[in-house]
Formats: sequence, structure tokens, C-alpha cells
Amino acid sequence: MAYMRTAWRTFLPHVDRDIARDVGLVCAAVVVVGVSFGAIAVSAGLPAWLPIALSLLVFAGASQFVFVGLLLAGGGVVAAVAAALLVNVRHLPFGFVVGDLLGSGPVRRLIGSHLMLDESVAFALAQDGVARRRTAYWASGIALFVSWNLAVAVGAAAGTAVSDTGALGLDAAFPAVLLALIVPSLRDRATRRAAVAGVLVALAAAPFVPAGIPVLLALAGVAAGRDPAVVTTRQAGS
Amino acid sequence: MIGTGVLVAAVAVLAAGTLALRVAGPVLRSRIRISPGVERRVTVASMVLLAALVATSALLDGRTFAGASRPAGVVVGGVLAVRGAPFIVVVVAAAGTTAVLRLLGVA
Repeated sequence: MAYMRTAWRTFLPHVDRDIARDVGLVCAAVVVVGVSFGAIAVSAGLPAWLPIALSLLVFAGASQFVFVGLLLAGGGVVAAVAAALLVNVRHLPFGFVVGDLLGSGPVRRLIGSHLMLDESVAFALAQDGVARRRTAYWASGIALFVSWNLAVAVGAAAGTAVSDTGALGLDAAFPAVLLALIVPSLRDRATRRAAVAGVLVALAAAPFVPAGIPVLLALAGVAAGRDPAVVTTRQAGS
Repeated sequence: MIGTGVLVAAVAVLAAGTLALRVAGPVLRSRIRISPGVERRVTVASMVLLAALVATSALLDGRTFAGASRPAGVVVGGVLAVRGAPFIVVVVAAAGTTAVLRLLGVA
């Protein structure tokens, strides 16, 4: 632990104590899920390199579970790839928001894009100001990349499901992480109205459309966040 | 099972497609001028996406209801978050509530 802290300070000297602690907690949860992802894939008969390659190259937990799940269910490779890609479409609007946090230079921007996760986006947007957002984005992205990949490799090597992650309640921990990070933004009335509308659309659509689509349909809720009074004032002022 | 070549190709397509989706946003953003109004709208949009992720992942497994214990944990975490509880308390309480409910036999 002491070594980890020193390494953290060396590479990311400006990371807040609070951010470091919160990211560390999410990493701990990610490790448990990662170990079980690697173990599930291998114990179901997939080659060990598959979960490891997915975690390094795709690096998106939800889509990795969808991909492996469909393969194991006999859904076919094409359907598995298509479904997993669909789950990842939300990264497009995310990228639009965090695009200015990646820094300059093509390599840096490419690496920064690869670190785009629900959690790194949420950690970034929970901060005030571009500098703090950038630090939170990179710190959480790098920490999650390292912990997720190490954990999946360990799980794939061990090959036996460590424990039922459901018994630990970790499936509730991840929505709670995102919720805790967006609560401050939801104190803004227009944002809250848009979010509630979006959630209703997503939940209404969920039983009828493939995974990944409900969240995208939720974007319709953005229209509900428009404050008519503000729009009118702006138009009058311009 | 499925041949190694097919699996390698599948991982390659999925990895390339995912990276393309991740790169598209930053590239778009650097190409167009964004007014403060649009900037705000886009930030609201990402909050809507994250909120929808919270709701769907709390309530659903695929297309079906996930059972009561998971959303119960998330609600406990949400109430604590709204009351200003520290992040660690929110997350541990959410997982703990769900774990205890399952221990008691709630689905």
C-alpha cells in the first residue's frame, strides 16, 4: 500500500487525496469483478488469452460481459461483436464532453480516448474546472486500466470463479458509484429534469430493445431540460 | 468450440470499433466551434446518459427485472449521497444493503 501511494504521488502529484481515495475504492470493486470475469470466461472453456485481450484492447467491462456472455450462450461471433459494440456507442457522446481533457498530440489523445469509461467520465465531470477535471479523468482512467487488467489476468490464470460477486452486492456498488458522482450535478433543476425524463424513456424502452439502446434513447430527455424561460430570455437578448 | 482465428478477428473488430467510438467524440469536438450554450447542453446530455446507466443497471439484468435487493442497495446509496455522505459510505452502504438482503433470501 505504501509503495502504491508513493507511485501514485510520483506519477500524479496533483491528485487530490479525496479523489485518490474514491478512485482507490472503485478500483477495489473493479478488481473483484475483473477476477471473476477472467475466471468465468476461462472456466466456461474459452482460451485464457481472450478475456485478457478483451480487457487490454476493448477495456469496457459491460461490453466485455455482453460479448463473452453471448459467445457462451451460442449466439454466434457476429451477434456477440455487434451487441458489444452497441453497448459501447455511448462513448461517442462521452468523448464529445471529455474531448478537451485529453491534452494535445495524437498519441496522448489516443491513449486518453482508450481510458474513456463511465467511471472516468463521471469522476471528471464531478470536479470543478478544466485542470481538476483533467487530473481526475487521467488518474481514474489509468488506475482503473491497471487494476482491471491485472485482475482479469489473475482470474484467467486461476480459472476458478473466486466467489459469487452477487453475494458481495457489487452489482449494486457500480450504479451507486455513478449515482454518487452525478448527485451534485443533479442539484441543478434543469439537469435533474432532463435526467428524470431520460431515465423514464430508458426504462420504458428497456424491455423492447437490445442492451445499450435504452441509455442512448435517454438522450431524448435532454429536451426536457431546456428551461423555456431561459431560452426566451436568451433569444430576446441576442 | 469457435476457432482461434475467428476469435482473434472478433476481438480485433470489437477493439477497433470501440476505439473508433471513443475517438469520434474528441475528434468531432476539436473540429467544430462550440458555443457556451451547446457546451452546457452537452454536459447535461452526459449527466442524462449516466443517470440512465444508473437506472438501467440498478433495475435490470438485460431486459428483465434484476430483483429487489440490487435497486434497494442503490436507493440506500442514493439517499446517503443526496444527504452529503462521503463517497465511501455511499458505495459500501449500497453494496452492504444488497449483500445483507441477499443473505436474508431476498432476490
